[in-house]
Amino acid sequence: MPNHAKSRINDFVIKLANVNGTGSASANTLLMKAIFRMGIPVTGKNFFPSNIQGLPTWYEIRVSRNGYLARSGSVDIMVAMNQQTYSQDLDEVSPGGTLIYDSTWPRESVISRPDIAIVGIPLARMCNERFKSARVRILMKNMAYVGALAALVDIELKVIEKLVREMFASKKALIESNMEAIALGYDYANEHFACPLPTRLKRLNKTAGHIMIDGNTAAALGCVYAGATVGAWYPITPSTSLMDAFRAFCEEYRKDANTGERNFCVVQAEDELAAIGIVLGAAWNGARAFTPTSGPGLSLMSEFIGFAYFAEVPAVLFDVQRVGPSTGMPTRTQQGDILAAAYASHGDTRHVVLFPGDPRECFELSVAAFDLADRLQTPVIVLSDLDIGMNDWMCREFEWDPAYRPDRGKVLNPKTVARLRGRFHRYVDPDGDGIAPRTIPGGHPKGSYFVRGSGHNRYGEYTEDSNEYVEVVDRLKRKWATAAKLVPEPAIRRTRKPASWGIVSVGSCNSAVNEAIDRLAAKGIHVNYCRIRAFPFSSKVTRFLDRHDYVFVVEQNRDAQLKSLLMVETTYPADRMHSILSYGGLPMDYRCVVEAIEETYLEGVAA
Amino acid sequence: MTSIVKPRIVHHGLSRNRLGLTIRDYEGGMSTLCAGCGHDSVTAAIIQALFELAVPPHRVAKMSGIGCSSKTPAYFLGASHSFNAVHGRMPSIATGAAAANRELYLLGVSGDGDSLSIGLGQFAHAVRRNIDMLYIIENNGVYGLTKGQFSASADIGTAAKRGEVNEQPPIDPVQLTMALGGTFVARSFSGDKDQLVPLIKAGMRHEGFAMIDVLSPCVTFNDHEASTKSYQYTREHSHEVMHTDFVPPMPGIRVAYEEGEVVPITMHDGSRLLLRKVSDDYDPHSRGAAIEYIRTHQRKGEIVTGLLFVDESEPDMHGINSTTGMPLNELGFRSLCPGKRRLASLQRRYR
Repeated sequence: MPNHAKSRINDFVIKLANVNGTGSASANTLLMKAIFRMGIPVTGKNFFPSNIQGLPTWYEIRVSRNGYLARSGSVDIMVAMNQQTYSQDLDEVSPGGTLIYDSTWPRESVISRPDIAIVGIPLARMCNERFKSARVRILMKNMAYVGALAALVDIELKVIEKLVREMFASKKALIESNMEAIALGYDYANEHFACPLPTRLKRLNKTAGHIMIDGNTAAALGCVYAGATVGAWYPITPSTSLMDAFRAFCEEYRKDANTGERNFCVVQAEDELAAIGIVLGAAWNGARAFTPTSGPGLSLMSEFIGFAYFAEVPAVLFDVQRVGPSTGMPTRTQQGDILAAAYASHGDTRHVVLFPGDPRECFELSVAAFDLADRLQTPVIVLSDLDIGMNDWMCREFEWDPAYRPDRGKVLNPKTVARLRGRFHRYVDPDGDGIAPRTIPGGHPKGSYFVRGSGHNRYGEYTEDSNEYVEVVDRLKRKWATAAKLVPEPAIRRTRKPASWGIVSVGSCNSAVNEAIDRLAAKGIHVNYCRIRAFPFSSKVTRFLDRHDYVFVVEQNRDAQLKSLLMVETTYPADRMHSILSYGGLPMDYRCVVEAIEETYLEGVAA
Repeated sequence: MTSIVKPRIVHHGLSRNRLGLTIRDYEGGMSTLCAGCGHDSVTAAIIQALFELAVPPHRVAKMSGIGCSSKTPAYFLGASHSFNAVHGRMPSIATGAAAANRELYLLGVSGDGDSLSIGLGQFAHAVRRNIDMLYIIENNGVYGLTKGQFSASADIGTAAKRGEVNEQPPIDPVQLTMALGGTFVARSFSGDKDQLVPLIKAGMRHEGFAMIDVLSPCVTFNDHEASTKSYQYTREHSHEVMHTDFVPPMPGIRVAYEEGEVVPITMHDGSRLLLRKVSDDYDPHSRGAAIEYIRTHQRKGEIVTGLLFVDESEPDMHGINSTTGMPLNELGFRSLCPGKRRLASLQRRYR
């Protein structure tokens, strides 16, 4: 084997090219987790098709001693397990890299590149000789490449074995066979190649206090911790696993062990129009209710979202964004629903939107979403995306404050209603913050009111009177100003050097932006960074903009939707905002941020 | 213009129910529908039924979609909570309300446009989930607020006011609900309060989805000679196959009835329905036979009314879900949040 590889300890990318439906996902997760348990920061991105079996799928593992979690654009080790994509996978390997393939069927003529090392391992042959059933042979081939990689990049076998034991805790018979398959690959690599490669791992201590979790699971956990009792959804990729996780957690923590009774109710709706209706019906009745969806579902929910804005019914929505429009590329990521979420529905409506930047924030902001929805009596949309929602991210362990109590907002309990002098009026604003106290149906005879989407006056009565309508929508505008004071503040990162340039971004762009800032600093280009975490924009966002001469708006859609929102909602001049856009459906690569800013910098220097 | 508040006059002689309330306590605002609208008679029947049932008004949540019928919750039970949803989406609001508070009485009022066209999907799934509610369809075969287009319940051959004849087959909410597994299916006529009031009472007490299709003529757009949903046509062609009397739970009191003539049904709360067969050949317990009977008579242009099918044994949504007995909206936060220690321990699986 020619040794082209540069020495890259704990800083490289392994990409695995597989066929979907062959069981590669568990092998790839195993690899990533083993690296994580060796104390080395790692991240995994799954690029999968909208298909059950037979189409190409890739898994990209980035190992980064510096803790960078974004895509880097390079592939140092390619595990090419899919003949359909050999040539594409071969092309993607960075110079000096390594390609591993199944040499049961030698492909020297097809797979050759002078600047990389080709490692052939007869994975299928070894598994066919060792295992009997056809299905097991296919599955074990995956474990065999895990073993080969363990030898090639020096993953600790005892870590792998422990993970295998945990994975198959309920199916002990499988532990031995999986370990055998791992040994096949491990031994073959050790016998035939100089192991480990210069590109390899070395135990660190940088993952303590961290977990590897996906954002949908984290958001579901947030719903459980926030005390949500009603969930309604229509299955849609990439949000489905959120409700799956919610149900699983509830089965664990919300079910009476003796009676089997559940203190939650999940309804699989007939469509998204019904899902949001169920949420509104439950929230009107005082339960914390939510619905996970994605762009197409958000479109279907739009009429009811506007209704809830005007009738002032709390609701929590999770839009795990995918590529659109229409069915688009359902298994690819994007931030294409920013405007659709902010202004969903007809008429004068606008909505609170939260932008989690990683799974930990999915957990925290889902709790915040319920508090805000209750406090502001309005829909709150948590805008996640497929990258955060479905990929495992390394993040700090979640914490819980035992003193937390839900902020149910201005809800008059039956006793308070009973003591009211005069009648209860639903839409009267006693405190000047635009928020009118509400009651819960069934509580007290004096607390009854009529929820209407159609024109209503401050008393909740039907009206077609212009002045009465205007009075209500103007109060809703005051409530919007209150919202801007209550929503989560942006995360601001300042450089140590004076900087007149800033970056503004949201959500899953965060890792790419953070890495880009470091790399730009190394080149002498210093920028500050404001990661917006909520709409409406708080005063801190506008202050950040105003303090910078020039702002790069980094986002993952074609039409610069965040920039558009900033143009509409702030007074910052549009000609001082420069868009950096990534919208191909793959998680953002930090290099596009570096290149765009560097180019602008050099233009400035040249001028 | 705001809604019209009805002057509240309580005569001393008005009878009071178990709660000490008069029928006035079950009324709402003044109707703004056309004079003679069938829907106003349904409103009156609802008021009568809920007064007689002595349901505390604030324990009722009335819901509707969009359309003339969906305006009516403003005209009854003024002391109840109410939700006027978007077009065709009342069933999902009801589903959420039922999920959050299983002890609330849910009363939905909809129309043939709201339930059989734009909201057919939601209607079907509310039946399928057996949401514990009474769902009244005020069925007049036309769109009133948009001035007289045919609805999906218009019969073949019926004519619009301007003469256009409907050629498409109707969707019959009764047969549809039965086919979807509905557990309480009735049809009545807005002009027959004696039949309608006991049906509403029974529907309110039924544990599960109770649907009453009420033929409720539109005096403005569909009450002419060539219409099959006019007052005259409905009077002449409808016939009751099963008369229902509703007997609230009264310990110690026996209701006398002659064996064979009357079929008693005991409901979950101890109320009893006494079904009196008007037609000998009708069986309200056989879904298949009931559908066949209704279809056969429909072909002859006859409208079969009464409590057409009832099954008290099927679990509602919460029964299927094994939801805890206490309404979910009353559960304390402590019983819902797994807490700090559990969060620490559950995260071990993500290492």
